[in-house]
Amino acid sequence: MKSLTKYREIWLAAAIALLVAAVAIRFPAFATPSRLLTVFNDYTILIILALGQMTVILTRSIDLSMAANLAFTGMVIAMTNAAYPAIPIPMLIIMAMAIGSLLGAFNGILVWKLDIPPIVVTLGTLTVFRGATFVVSGGAWVNADAMSAAFIQLQRGVFLGLPILSWFAIAAIAAFYLFLARTPLGRSIYAAGVNPTASVYAGIDVGRIKFVAFVISGMVSGLCGYLWVSRYVIASTEVANGYELQIVAACVIGGISIAGGIGSVAGAVLGALFLGVIGSALPVINVSPFWQLAISGAAIILAVVLNARGEKRQGRIILRQAEAA
Amino acid sequence: MTTTDVATNRRVPDRLDKPLTSALLSWEMLLVLVAVAIFVTNSLASPYFLNAWSLSDLTFNFVEKGLIALAMALLIISGEIDLSVAAIIALASTMMGMALQAGADTPVLVLIGLGVGLACGAFNGALVTRLGLPSIVVTIGTMSLFRGIAYIILGDQAYRGYPSSFAFFGQGYVWWVISLEIVLFAVMAVIFWFLLHRTSFGRTVFVIGNNPVAAAFSGVRVERVKFILFCLTGLMAGVASILLTSRLGSTRPSIAFGYELEVVTMVVLGGVAILGGSGSIIGVVLAALIMGLVTFGLGLLNVPGIVMSIFTGSLLIVVIALPILWRRFREARGG
Repeated sequence: MKSLTKYREIWLAAAIALLVAAVAIRFPAFATPSRLLTVFNDYTILIILALGQMTVILTRSIDLSMAANLAFTGMVIAMTNAAYPAIPIPMLIIMAMAIGSLLGAFNGILVWKLDIPPIVVTLGTLTVFRGATFVVSGGAWVNADAMSAAFIQLQRGVFLGLPILSWFAIAAIAAFYLFLARTPLGRSIYAAGVNPTASVYAGIDVGRIKFVAFVISGMVSGLCGYLWVSRYVIASTEVANGYELQIVAACVIGGISIAGGIGSVAGAVLGALFLGVIGSALPVINVSPFWQLAISGAAIILAVVLNARGEKRQGRIILRQAEAA
Repeated sequence: MTTTDVATNRRVPDRLDKPLTSALLSWEMLLVLVAVAIFVTNSLASPYFLNAWSLSDLTFNFVEKGLIALAMALLIISGEIDLSVAAIIALASTMMGMALQAGADTPVLVLIGLGVGLACGAFNGALVTRLGLPSIVVTIGTMSLFRGIAYIILGDQAYRGYPSSFAFFGQGYVWWVISLEIVLFAVMAVIFWFLLHRTSFGRTVFVIGNNPVAAAFSGVRVERVKFILFCLTGLMAGVASILLTSRLGSTRPSIAFGYELEVVTMVVLGGVAILGGSGSIIGVVLAALIMGLVTFGLGLLNVPGIVMSIFTGSLLIVVIALPILWRRFREARGG
């Protein structure tokens, strides 16, 4: 049992490979490297968001406001670009990450200083952020005509054979790996999730760790706000509506325990890619896209059933967080 | 979860508040005050608000979600949650639509709505209690699954043409301005109040929420009670599906999209601890009323729905945060 949990990522990778192979038997074109790289590129945003969500889930919290944060930040960035096309894009990206972090910090403060359960906080801010998106835009859309060419083209550029958008995902994966595995703060995030009480005795401020996790998920949502808006060349109130649960789904499929403390960067990436492969394969095998929702639902349930075998002891307690002294 | 948590959480006061003081400081009292404040504001803000028919229309705003919130309150008190309720509405509505195409009449449609709701609830309950899975994740999965099935069946189509006898559930009036929906809500609220606060089943729900392990050792059949609660929540989603389908007169797979978060908001606003173990039906009913008042009042002022969500979201956070700040303030002064 131990070995199964240890190599959960390998099992998931095998499942994805099997899925690709099954599609490729009928449609060989699907398994070509260029086609698979397109799938990766298409799901870059989900991968980056899943990494942020994972950081929060590791601390026994959950961030349901990520998609709304993305919509708000995307709207503000698109409007800024439309009003001041001269502002360089890297500057806008930094601005997006700053706005996202700020919204994340708001969640984090409520969780840290007021001890309100994260699911309640982010349920509230989810609606507030999306409402705010409508208010700042007045319900209007920002579309391709209003955006500057650089704003739209930056992520479509190619570097070393890969679109810049893919490089964003690669950079995020590397950054999250180094942060979570190699820095004291990253290790504290795991510790706070595995055993909050012991963490307090070890000198870790669990509340502050949660705050940091929410700032990170906010920053990532902000970044994806820019990426989403420039990729689909539209900013509206409805952007990424309902996407928050897709992000959680990617994490759950990736083997990240909702009870906290268990999960890896590879798991989150593979979870997102699993949804990506399913989403990209359906049109290829000529199945109506309406099947996608039900299939990902079934995949989530299957993933939880399989994961629960490895973490039986902890999986039972949900939502409840040990309140550290 | 550990003994230290309990020690820090449950500080024993030197003496209890007097009964009147504790009643005045209770969560329900706060909700009543909020409700009255919103009611008065609405009456002042719009000349169309204080009118029997307006007030009757108002009830349609919250009854369907409120019915689910009643059952969801019990589920959350027991320490679980069901995020799939809106998807159950969609699936039940789709099945009713299919039966309609096959020539079914109103009684059959109602049975199908209730049956699908119950079956979906039982499916959630079995996954959570039989396989020991965390309910938040299970129901995120079944939420996609149930709505996904509705999408597979309907795609971008819609079912229409429900019989007029079916329309009575969502559009009918029992007497003058009193709609069938509000009567049903009132009856259900009384039933759930009785179930939670006046029966031994209700006591076990609280016991399980406070300490499932101790409950199991005391001979409470924890898994069975939780399974029943999931079934009950599914059944209420089925009832809501009948009402909503009847009121709208059509079924689309996107029906009731996002309701689950509003239902949870209602329950939490009603003073039910999201971590389980405490809460009251009166609080949930008041919270449903408040959310109905806010959205209807803002609607009369032509505030778009999306802007209203800012109010409901802020309301949720503020109403939860205020008592915490107030308690800290009192503790800081009292030493």
